[in-house]
Amino acid sequence: MLTALIVLPVAAAIVVALVPGRRREIHLPLGIALSATPLALAGYLFWVFEPAAAYQQVERAIWYEPWGISWYIGVDGISLPMVVLTALLVPISLAASTSITNRTKEFVVYTLLLEAGLIGAFLALDLFLFFVFFEAILIPMYFIIGIWGGERRIYAAVKFFIYTAFGSALMLAAIIALAASHTAEFGFTSFALTDLVNADLTTGAERWLFAAFAIAFAIKVPLFPFHTWLPDAHVEAPTAGSVLLAAVLLKLGTYGLLRFNLSLFPDASVDAVPIMATLAVIGIIYGAVVAIVQPDLKKLVAYSSVSHLGFIVLGTFALTSGGLQGAVIQNLNHGLTTGALFLLVGMLYDRRHTKRIADFGGLQKVMPILAGFFLFMAFASIGLPGLNGFVGEFLVLIGSFPTLPGFVIAAATGVVLAAIYLLWAYERVFTGVPDKEENSILTDLSPREIGLLAPLAALIVVIGLYPGFLLDRITPSTEAVLDHIVDQTDFVIPEPGRVDDVLVAGDSS
Amino acid sequence: MTEFLWLVIALPLGGALLLHFFGRYLKGPLSGWLASAAVAASFVIGVVAALPFFQGGEHGVTVLLWEWMPAIGANLELHWDPLAALMTLVVTGVGSLIHIFAIGYMHGDDRFPRFFTYLNLFAASMLTLVLAGNYAMLFLGWELVGLCSYLLIGFWFTKPAPPAAAKKAFIVNRIGDFGFMIGLMLVFTAFGTLSYAGVFERAGQQLTSGTATAIGLLILVGAAGKSAQIPLYVWLPDAMEGPTPVSALIHAATMVTAGVYVIARSAAIYELTPLASTVVATVGALTALWAASIAIAQRDIKRVLAYSTISQLGYMFLAVGATAYVAGIFHLMTHAFFKALLFLGAGSVIHAMGDEQDMHKMGGLRRKMPITAATMGVATLAIAGLPPLAGFWSKDEILASSFARGGWFSFLWIIGLITALLTAFYMSRQWVLVFLGEPRWEESAHPHESPRVMTIPLIVLAILSVVGGLVNTPFRTSLEHFLEPSFELVSLQHPDEGWLMFALLAGLSVLAGLVGVGVGLLTYRRPLERWRGFEETFEPLWGIWEEAYRVDDMYGRVLVAPGKRTAEVAAFDVDARLIDGSVNGIGRLVRSLGQWARPLQTGFVRNYGVLFLGGTLIVVIWLVAGGA
Repeated sequence: MLTALIVLPVAAAIVVALVPGRRREIHLPLGIALSATPLALAGYLFWVFEPAAAYQQVERAIWYEPWGISWYIGVDGISLPMVVLTALLVPISLAASTSITNRTKEFVVYTLLLEAGLIGAFLALDLFLFFVFFEAILIPMYFIIGIWGGERRIYAAVKFFIYTAFGSALMLAAIIALAASHTAEFGFTSFALTDLVNADLTTGAERWLFAAFAIAFAIKVPLFPFHTWLPDAHVEAPTAGSVLLAAVLLKLGTYGLLRFNLSLFPDASVDAVPIMATLAVIGIIYGAVVAIVQPDLKKLVAYSSVSHLGFIVLGTFALTSGGLQGAVIQNLNHGLTTGALFLLVGMLYDRRHTKRIADFGGLQKVMPILAGFFLFMAFASIGLPGLNGFVGEFLVLIGSFPTLPGFVIAAATGVVLAAIYLLWAYERVFTGVPDKEENSILTDLSPREIGLLAPLAALIVVIGLYPGFLLDRITPSTEAVLDHIVDQTDFVIPEPGRVDDVLVAGDSS
Repeated sequence: MTEFLWLVIALPLGGALLLHFFGRYLKGPLSGWLASAAVAASFVIGVVAALPFFQGGEHGVTVLLWEWMPAIGANLELHWDPLAALMTLVVTGVGSLIHIFAIGYMHGDDRFPRFFTYLNLFAASMLTLVLAGNYAMLFLGWELVGLCSYLLIGFWFTKPAPPAAAKKAFIVNRIGDFGFMIGLMLVFTAFGTLSYAGVFERAGQQLTSGTATAIGLLILVGAAGKSAQIPLYVWLPDAMEGPTPVSALIHAATMVTAGVYVIARSAAIYELTPLASTVVATVGALTALWAASIAIAQRDIKRVLAYSTISQLGYMFLAVGATAYVAGIFHLMTHAFFKALLFLGAGSVIHAMGDEQDMHKMGGLRRKMPITAATMGVATLAIAGLPPLAGFWSKDEILASSFARGGWFSFLWIIGLITALLTAFYMSRQWVLVFLGEPRWEESAHPHESPRVMTIPLIVLAILSVVGGLVNTPFRTSLEHFLEPSFELVSLQHPDEGWLMFALLAGLSVLAGLVGVGVGLLTYRRPLERWRGFEETFEPLWGIWEEAYRVDDMYGRVLVAPGKRTAEVAAFDVDARLIDGSVNGIGRLVRSLGQWARPLQTGFVRNYGVLFLGGTLIVVIWLVAGGA
């Protein structure tokens, strides 16, 4: 079934590619229709998923035996939400791309290939396979930004490409070194995650390898100071590109840290907690502060991502149940809310051909439905309880406090800052009287556009109030990660008790 | 009955959803009546469910709805005990009266159904807050009432001031929430759960006094935001930009009392920390005096009431800080009656005067609006603390408890007494300026009494403002018996026993009230020049009071402007120049190295990417193939 999840988008891309170029009007609808099949399959996968720690639906086929490379894929509670999110957002992104009239066929093909790469990366349990998908994603994304982007699209696309490729090169070296050490230790070569976790590394080697992986993922997240490719990429990318970039691509970074760094290098992970937590907290505060004064609405949302992803990294390296659950569920939540915010900015841009906050004003009067959706998504992003963002951030903050009290207190300021940048932006864009001629004639959302946003809004409320259907599936896997770390290291999860003792115990880690 | 308890929240929530999606199809005031009916139905359910508590001896139950975030002991569960029941009755009782009033007040507004959507959503959120069985769910309600406050303050969004005030309210509250959340983190760290049941019963064994103090102070930070106490009160006066029923419901009777509620709810923690309790009381007393001094010089009818609310909330903080929790909740209740009445009365006046809020342009309205004048008069005497009206009993219990506690609290008692004097003065000043004397209206004003849909709620609230205090008098402490099961883990502060003491203290506060009312009446009944002269004798103090000590300016200069500057430096200097500049600098460096090393250089940066990928792939293929 999982292979089908990866192959279906590729097949869809091939089908679209086979449609003659002159039948321009059917490329996009066909792409949307075909991308519904992986979504249906992902929904089925979610349905049959058993809440248990082990990888499920595992498929393994030898790819290249001498090197122990295999087509080894499986799903667990950490990857499941991301697979479903990817499958959900691709049709939505495509359906939001009706304004793309130039080379539509290629656009659809690239988007579907991107989907295959993303799902493949989340499912891969073989590090080499993961690397292939991780790299393969760059190519369609590079073209999506570079062909259908804004004025500085080439600059943004190249920056995105070189930055990420630099990280990938480090990771590739680390993967090979890891496999080599496995060969030395066990006498056979394997790239399988389930084999490599058993490798016994020296402290020095483990730290170097951790660092190589961590830098690759930190660029992807992005963590400060590796983040400056992100605003450029977002601002220049077409709406679908921004949505998939923010919602899914960045999550490869947070997902990778959780899936690979924590499992493969438990000792180094425990040792790196102060560094990673520091970078996370800097990202949270810095991203939010910089977002406040951005003159471009899309850039503002992009910097808000830098801030929000910091929470995910913080929760990951808190090494507590609450922190890890929060990190995984926030991977999904951020995708929904920020994806929706980028869709909304795109809908504004389609109408008004600007993203500058100063060009807007009073839009609530002329487009109350768009304003309502924007405010809803803004509050989801701010972390309003009852909506999804709160569940993730609150789990991260409350859950991380026992091990990282100082960092969490600093991170909690991000909650205040989020309200400042989003509500101030809302005030400037939507309230008051539409005093500019161009703004007073705008039309509100069409039923199609409402249809794209409504499912996201519904999911946001459902996850906000009833996250159990996700947490039940996530928790066994995050607990397994935590157990692995506790087994492999001398890290101790503090028990509740006298706060003074708990905080001392946490600090000593 | 508790199996139907969820309906208390679900009914107004259902009303909000119904009106949100279908409100525009409902004709005339129908959406308003539907919303009112939903809240009134919650009230009825609340009364029925509270019946066992009236008989006494019941401790309450916790009803699990469903799991929310079990990893941190946060589920959606309702805790139904006497304290929750009383809050529910206040919220739904006063709430339904205000809903009904708003049907008249908002008549003709082109977003009439939307207004009631938000009002119903607010009711559901506030009930979530008071019915929550753990701190996380309390925080859910806490933030949702903040959302509704934001939506309703900014309801008239085409004007510039309301959206700005709405944003300010939400952000200032978030600053409070920051402290509150850290408090919750400490609670979680200490107990491994956020549920009341798991926290309060083990608080005595598991909290050191230092931790209890930290938690107590952090909860106070959150409470000071929501309940507009020093230094976070600045959002509440601006919140008056919202329609007046909103001011009555959210910014006087219910939401702003959430801070008092959460401290009373956390009594078991404050029990362990006399220090934090003393800080709560001190913040309360200082806020009471500070806001009262501002209220005396306001010209805007709603701003007087806004600062008055801040001041009265200060009394409640004084009470709960003195561990006189019942007195604090008692005043919360009576204040809900008379302050809701004052705001609705002010709304009635504003409505009649064609949106005029400047009291200098009122006067003599008593003849035009007899019901509004009479009911507001009752409320004025009630808040002034004159017996036997509601405010007398609750305020006196606070002052007497504070006095009985002694020490530092004797000082706070004096502050409370001075505040009582000021309160009586500014309230009688307001009533006289609006209803007595010569008309000073603009020519366009045609004041008239409001329709019955507005006056009947006024009359009901006036009756409650008269008799509401009788539920807890030194002669018959019914409310205390009612609430006792909610406070069984703590020792409550009481006034000193004995007739003489009661007579002495009550006499002093009645005297303060009489003097205040008397001075206000005698001063402002005179012609305009005379009372303007009276105000001018206090210059420059009067001007400073009128400008609210210019605290907003100070915050603007000290916090907002430097904050914005920091953000600009971070965004445009550090991020764009330093960090991104270095990245591009490295890129340029690599390119020039490449130019030197490779004649292959084509000048298209894109080629680098392709080369890079190509190189990587070659390495990979070589590695794979080479191994064979």
